[in-house]
Amino acid sequence: MGIEFIYPEFEVIRNDKRCIACRVCERQCANEVHSYDEDNKIMLSDETKCVNCQRCVALCPTRALKIIKSDCQLRENANWQDDTIKEIYKQANSGGVLLSSMGNPKPMPVYWDKILINASQVTNPSIDPLREPMETKVFLGKKPSQVEKDENGQIICQLEPQLELSMPVMFSAMSYGSISYNAHKSLATAARHLGVLYNTGEGGLHEDFYCYGENTIVQVASGRFGVHKDYLEAGAAIEIKMGQGAKPGIGGHLPGTKIVGDVSRTRMIPEGSDAISPAPHHDIYSIEDLRQLVYSLKEATGYKKPIIVKVAAVHNIAAIASGIARSGADIIAIDGFRGGTGAAPTRIRDNVGIPIELALASVDKRLRDEGIRNNVSIVVGGSIRNAADIVKAIALGADACYIATAALLALGCHLCRTCQSGRCNWGIATQRPELVKRLNPEIGCERLVNLMNAWRHEIKELMGGMGINSIEALRGNRLMLRGIGLTDKELEILGISHAGE
Amino acid sequence: MKQYVIIGNGIAAAGCIEGIRSIDTESHIVVVSKESQPVYCRPLISYYLEGKTTLDKIGYRPDDFYQKNGCEVLYHETAIQIDHENKAVVLSKGSTVPFSELCIATGSSPFVPPFDGLDSVKNHFSFITLEDAFALEKAISPDSRVLIIGAGLIGLKCAEGLHDRVKSIMVCDLADKILSSILDQDTAPMVQKFLEMHGIDFCLSDSVVRFDGNKAIMKSGKVIDFDILVTAVGVRANTALIAEIGGTVNRGIVVNSEMRTSLDNVYAAGDCTEGFDLSFGDNRVLALLPNAYIQGFTAGINMAGGTKSFDNAIPMNSIGILGLHVMTAGSYTSEKDGGTVYMQKDDTSCKKFFVRDGLLKGYILVDKVERGGIYTSLIREQTPLETVDFDLLKENASFMAFSSESRRKKFGDVV
Amino acid sequence: MKRVYVNEAWCLGCHLCEYNCAFANSGLSDMVKALKGKKLFPRISVDGKDKISFAVSCRHCNDPLCVKCCISGALHTDNGRVCIDKTKCVGCLSCIMACPYGALSVSENGTAQKCELCLENTCGEPACVKGCPNRAIVYEER
Repeated sequence: MGIEFIYPEFEVIRNDKRCIACRVCERQCANEVHSYDEDNKIMLSDETKCVNCQRCVALCPTRALKIIKSDCQLRENANWQDDTIKEIYKQANSGGVLLSSMGNPKPMPVYWDKILINASQVTNPSIDPLREPMETKVFLGKKPSQVEKDENGQIICQLEPQLELSMPVMFSAMSYGSISYNAHKSLATAARHLGVLYNTGEGGLHEDFYCYGENTIVQVASGRFGVHKDYLEAGAAIEIKMGQGAKPGIGGHLPGTKIVGDVSRTRMIPEGSDAISPAPHHDIYSIEDLRQLVYSLKEATGYKKPIIVKVAAVHNIAAIASGIARSGADIIAIDGFRGGTGAAPTRIRDNVGIPIELALASVDKRLRDEGIRNNVSIVVGGSIRNAADIVKAIALGADACYIATAALLALGCHLCRTCQSGRCNWGIATQRPELVKRLNPEIGCERLVNLMNAWRHEIKELMGGMGINSIEALRGNRLMLRGIGLTDKELEILGISHAGE
Repeated sequence: MKQYVIIGNGIAAAGCIEGIRSIDTESHIVVVSKESQPVYCRPLISYYLEGKTTLDKIGYRPDDFYQKNGCEVLYHETAIQIDHENKAVVLSKGSTVPFSELCIATGSSPFVPPFDGLDSVKNHFSFITLEDAFALEKAISPDSRVLIIGAGLIGLKCAEGLHDRVKSIMVCDLADKILSSILDQDTAPMVQKFLEMHGIDFCLSDSVVRFDGNKAIMKSGKVIDFDILVTAVGVRANTALIAEIGGTVNRGIVVNSEMRTSLDNVYAAGDCTEGFDLSFGDNRVLALLPNAYIQGFTAGINMAGGTKSFDNAIPMNSIGILGLHVMTAGSYTSEKDGGTVYMQKDDTSCKKFFVRDGLLKGYILVDKVERGGIYTSLIREQTPLETVDFDLLKENASFMAFSSESRRKKFGDVV
Repeated sequence: MKRVYVNEAWCLGCHLCEYNCAFANSGLSDMVKALKGKKLFPRISVDGKDKISFAVSCRHCNDPLCVKCCISGALHTDNGRVCIDKTKCVGCLSCIMACPYGALSVSENGTAQKCELCLENTCGEPACVKGCPNRAIVYEER
């Protein structure tokens, strides 16, 4: 064993005056940080193993614990920062690609925070959502571009298949395998309760969850894992996953160690085999190819379900979206570069893709300019953090938002960003039965429902303030937004004026 | 309206009262009590001597028990005869009490062997009733040397009760081991050793030939000097009232699972009876408190017109002596009876299990008594051992040994 | 009657219920003061092996054997709840011998002890249920 170059990132601070040595921390840490010293009757910690998931902190009955960032730092250097140097140590040690989880943590601009929302004063009345009706329902899918009437003057109503959402939020794709059975059950039951949808991700649909089909989007990705006729028919919509915001341009890799039992069965691959989703769909090298898959899926399901095409937000997203809108897809989902993942190469997560705000604004504009905006609905995701982000996204042109990190936080995730280890102490990103059981889906569902209900209230308040009483009336209403501290170019792309203008 | 009469005022009587009142809240209940106290549990008398309970705490039920349950208690009164034809009980003071339903709960009486020279002993006591305890308490002093004849439950509990209050205690028994009714050759010596360490002396496999004042002359030739003599050789069921009028009596009054005697409208419960022992597979006198209560309760329900059967009685004892706990239950089927015996033993503790026909028949626990009831229920419910992880159970009375399905049922249902 | 029920599917084996129980019955207002450096005498106990765990406490049986076996009359029922008068208990442990659930235990001073649903301490509702992080213990009517 050589020299350990890296000092542990966190310190476990135990207040010995408060610690009653109940050993709850020890039992709850799958990383085995805590241990009990029988001789001295005290708790010990091995900080090298700590990932700062805060499970022990949350369960300590006497609040004797806290985890802090170690102040043992390398010499300050604005160019060669601590993290940069440590990554070099790690790679010099392992020779491997660095892996990370969840969204990009780098201090990149968050445009949501540089956009401000309008409110009514004097010249038009604001609306009190507690007193007046306020519609948060949305329908996703192709909309007719004009009203047609028959010879009797009756409106011909031949709508393409639509998804009805009680509020403009859905839970985005997280596969059974990357997250646990109980996490999936929490999402499925919450979606049912809320009247929205959740998304299987590329892991197939566990047989227990077919009953939530009306609230399920089934995904077809490059590995085609778990795809069969019943699966396609089970969902309310089918999503073709072309890319993911956290790792645009690359595929996925669920290691064989996680392909056990039900996960293997649901994915329809042998236990222990790696689930490798190729970077591209090998049958899709053009929009025309994509169109073939879209129509294959429509054909397979009798044209009853909307088809979603999900892409990562990348440089020429507007042109790509234009192509998708012409491919026959009903909904485009765009995933911004701050979106999360169960595991991705760090370099890709932190350096590839563009912010969702800019991607959304340019896609919406492009589709309008080309007169094909009604061909598709637009769903955006990639770090939608709160109700204000949603209101801003709608005003920038989105029909609905995808959330995942926020949903996982509601389930207990503390964003320690070590999903790839498979030892999630909160029972979310793990398949180990003793950890999976830590997430009681009854509690998980309640917390998701609470979060969404809270956001629904906030969306109504924000809309009411603007004098707007439906999502429909807010969508693409960029006059309701102003930029703050943005350059002319940024404002131009976002299609909004600067505050004060 | 009915009139219920209960002869006796012990635990079986209390059970009977509560059994009757669970069905019939109206009719009159008469309790004939030889002693002058409200119901108390006789095993508590050693705890009284020891100071672990007091006279105001010793009552088995709250002070208003009889009043609340509409009972008339005739204290200091004895039933001398049952007039079965006229359905009445004749009392010692001359009166008669008519009954619609009668329960005999007369308990048992100490058996004192006819020792030679017993008359010459000045301080001789039994150790059954509170009166006995009062008398004994009055007679002892810190300098007393106590001789207890009988190393059974009563004798040893008496020894415990006196332990801190007298100078020395010698316990002698004809048997070669202590607690011979509940312990065996492996476990009795452990308990004996523990008690000896606490200063109690034993003289086993020996018996008193005769008494000479304060001297006991033993068969072995040994002479034991003492100041206080307690005889605790055993008890006999009080069956006379039933035997006299032709009811079926064996070693105890014979009852069925509804606690009916062979005579109409006459029930019996408690130490005076003999009933079916599930673990033994035959009738036995089970002079145990739980049994007395449940029998009384069962009798009460049936007397009041309800239906209740008590058919899973087994012997069971939990006894703590000077801090050492011993728990036993069931029958000790030996290997020569086709049983299998499992034992884990160290110097101070022991777990011993007796298995036959795939069922747990009995156990002896010394010191390690945690969750012993799980073992008891295996015997009483006749749980096939193949349905549980018995290897685990032998180590530890844990529900881990049961299937998750049976745990779900046991812990999830209202019982 | 509302009772405490355990669901082993959600029991994490964290043992918090034992600490919450011991604290609730300590009569003290601070858990550190109540439990630090002391031997624990909880009325609920977590049992299990490997990846299975579950908490066991009094079932408050409709027909409680422990009450019938109690020699001192310390165990009694109060509106369906099985309670113990510790001042009457002499520590014979007959109740432990009787309880098919293994739900009674020996207290600090040698008497028997059992769950009384926290109705007599300052918690007012079962502390094990209140403190269970995964709703593995519930207090409900069934």
